[in-house]
Amino acid sequence: MSADGSAGTLAAHPGRDRPAYSARERYGGWVDEPGLLGALATIDHKRVGVRFITTAFGFFVLGGLLAGLMRLQLSRPDSTLIGPDLYNQLFTVHGTTMMFVFAVPIMQAMGVYFVPLMVGARDIAFPRMIAYAYWVYLFGGAMLFVALALNIGPDAGWFSYTPLAGPQYGVGKRSDFWAQLITFTEVSGLLVAVSVITTIFKLRAPGMTLNRMPLFVWALLITSFMIVFALPSVMMASTALILDRLVGTHFYNQAEGGDALLWQHLFWFFGHPEVYFIFLPGLGFVSTIVGTFSRRPVFGYVAVVLSMIATGFLSFGLWVHHMFATNVPELGKSFFTAASMVIAIPTATQIFCWIATLWTGRIVLKTPLLFVLGFFFILVLGGLTGIMLAAVPLDLQIHDTFFVVAHLHYVLIGGGVFPLFGAFYYWFPKVTGRMLNETLGRWNFWLFFIGFNVAFFPMHILGLQGMPRRVYTYAAESGWGTLNLISSLGAVLIVVSVLLFVINVVRSRRRGTAAGPDPWGASTLEWATSSPPPPGNFHPQLAVNGREPLWEPDGVSGRVDGLTNDPPEVLVTTLLDASPHHRRAVPAPTIWPLLAAIATTVMFVSSIFTPWAVVWGSIPIAIALIAWFWPTREEAAKHRKRELPA
Amino acid sequence: MTAAAATPIAVQRVAVDAARLPNHAFGHQSVMWWGTVGIMAIEGTAFALTVFMYFYVWTRVDAWPPDALPPELRWGTLNVAILLASVLPNYYTKRAAERYDLRGVRIGMVVCLLFGAAFIAVRALEFTTLNVSWDTNAYGSAVYLLLGLHTTHLVTDVADTAVLGTLMFTGPLDRSRFVDVSENALYWNFVVAAWLPIYAVLYLMPRWL
Repeated sequence: MSADGSAGTLAAHPGRDRPAYSARERYGGWVDEPGLLGALATIDHKRVGVRFITTAFGFFVLGGLLAGLMRLQLSRPDSTLIGPDLYNQLFTVHGTTMMFVFAVPIMQAMGVYFVPLMVGARDIAFPRMIAYAYWVYLFGGAMLFVALALNIGPDAGWFSYTPLAGPQYGVGKRSDFWAQLITFTEVSGLLVAVSVITTIFKLRAPGMTLNRMPLFVWALLITSFMIVFALPSVMMASTALILDRLVGTHFYNQAEGGDALLWQHLFWFFGHPEVYFIFLPGLGFVSTIVGTFSRRPVFGYVAVVLSMIATGFLSFGLWVHHMFATNVPELGKSFFTAASMVIAIPTATQIFCWIATLWTGRIVLKTPLLFVLGFFFILVLGGLTGIMLAAVPLDLQIHDTFFVVAHLHYVLIGGGVFPLFGAFYYWFPKVTGRMLNETLGRWNFWLFFIGFNVAFFPMHILGLQGMPRRVYTYAAESGWGTLNLISSLGAVLIVVSVLLFVINVVRSRRRGTAAGPDPWGASTLEWATSSPPPPGNFHPQLAVNGREPLWEPDGVSGRVDGLTNDPPEVLVTTLLDASPHHRRAVPAPTIWPLLAAIATTVMFVSSIFTPWAVVWGSIPIAIALIAWFWPTREEAAKHRKRELPA
Repeated sequence: MTAAAATPIAVQRVAVDAARLPNHAFGHQSVMWWGTVGIMAIEGTAFALTVFMYFYVWTRVDAWPPDALPPELRWGTLNVAILLASVLPNYYTKRAAERYDLRGVRIGMVVCLLFGAAFIAVRALEFTTLNVSWDTNAYGSAVYLLLGLHTTHLVTDVADTAVLGTLMFTGPLDRSRFVDVSENALYWNFVVAAWLPIYAVLYLMPRWL
């Protein structure tokens, strides 16, 4: 290894024994310009990924505060603290934020950061597109909260049913902001999905056949495919909604041959897979953490992969179970009941595989694993209520009650957020080079776990007692006061728990124990580079020879030579076997993705007020995209120099 | 040095010498191909869903089209002919790109652009002969959405081709740009392939079903 190996692949001592080279000399074109302009122009998947994750977490906190306000309002009967109009905006923006602006984006953002590292690539495919996707996402989420702050936040629920959200009942601009938020997040989500798929298919380290990919990478691959085929549905649904509202089309207008149920079909054809966009990456985190902290490969690799693929397919056949209270044919409902029960099978298969792994492994009980164990408990409960809700008669009885609220939080927080927090503790050392504090981590976990159950378990009972969801208050005579108070106290515990996490992050980022490249003794490639990874990830890039390269004797079969840093080059490999195929130069950092995102934002927001914005707003976008695409002479000359002789 | 000593894994062995590999590739080996195909999958899904919406609102009424004649055949059918014919210069351009024939690429792209312009012009006429407006009823809304969606793809792809074509005349160029030309041609095939079912839905289904 050369002397500059002290930061880079398999490095052990970041900060020590470093030769006096500048970053630019060592990593060439991978390095951003210093200062603000460099930060705005960066297309490094790690910088963009950290931004993406941090922003999404910020929206999680904001959405959580809205939930806190709702719990404050509901903590006692006949409360007049918050009126019905504001309450409608609170639950709508809470749900919209958590589903569209937090959960799905943060799972994709984890992919943006970790997928390239885990497949041993030097960069993500389409890094400029990732930068653009981030900015569009940021501006869209900001728009939602600006609207809420101006008291014009959406108020028709996170699934924005017509006709309530249509032109007849949804007066003002509130539902337009909702529809355009969807446009922002779908542009961002779809671009990230295409980039992640391409990275996984074409940029894997030589030797990493599909059959050797880490399970988290499989999870992100399947999720990305689902996004490609499901997001267009909400895109068309919300486009038709905003057209109904702004230019007088009649897609959802019963009086002119449209149909309000069309909205529900389109929305849930997307909306049910969306649950699995959150859940599948969660499963990927669980598999990763279970393997590392059991000190053995996950039992039943093939079964786990096939289960995830099966879940991906089945999730497209469940959407009508959200519509059992409508007039869809009874035979159809039976089909969707059966499908909803069948999807429990692949999930159970994975749970048994993890149990087998833990059973036969040598367990190391650190915070990441605690969160995974919490996931087991909560998800199983959420799964059981899911099977209950899949039965049409029971669903009709408890439709639109707090039972559903309890169920969906058990599934989404249990299936998504608990593994996510585990993943934060697991990968924080990789991202920052420092460990999160273990004691605070345990407090974080136990407060969250207890607080969660205290907050959400009583909602099952409230729902069975008939308390409807989305009511801003209830009468004292209903007898729901005590359980609601308990639930609100649980919410306080969650707030404290998340606060402890934030404190832990802020403290550990500067003063945590130095992590070294592989603090957990894990097996996958992201642990083969220094923490944090240098620009360009791997110097040199590694070739692998097994599923757990850092655990197997010849897991790393050698290095890749002949890739330059200037222009920065990645190795493109074949789809199935990951044998080396060609080199590809990565584009240089540029400010244009940001400018294009600003132009996009101007068009999306203006189109709420005038349809013509779609026409004139396209012109600045086109200019920005052309400037983004147009190569410089210097770039072209560099690329020509790297061509093989004809 | 310290690093290698601290970890048991040796990376002294050279597994791959990438310097011997080319710096671009065509077709499904190229990263750009996957990006293009990914976008095609997304937009193909959007087209399919819009067709679903069209048939869904069809089931809500007794007669189809409700209170209107179907769109007139001539311009839409002419566009089928233009689009099918455009496949030839498009194929020629793709082949020229794959043998790095700059002159061929330039000629091919200009011809493709002329076809694209003709198509857009006829599309404008098509909009005048639909016999319905978007705000008449849900049928009109579905027709406009379907045709509008396809027109958006058409205009974007023609604009893309114009920008890339200009670059092929002015430079700065390197060989990887020929991959872009090849992917651009692939995307045009998608725009053509999408039009045939949409034409059938808009023009033929109301007459046949």
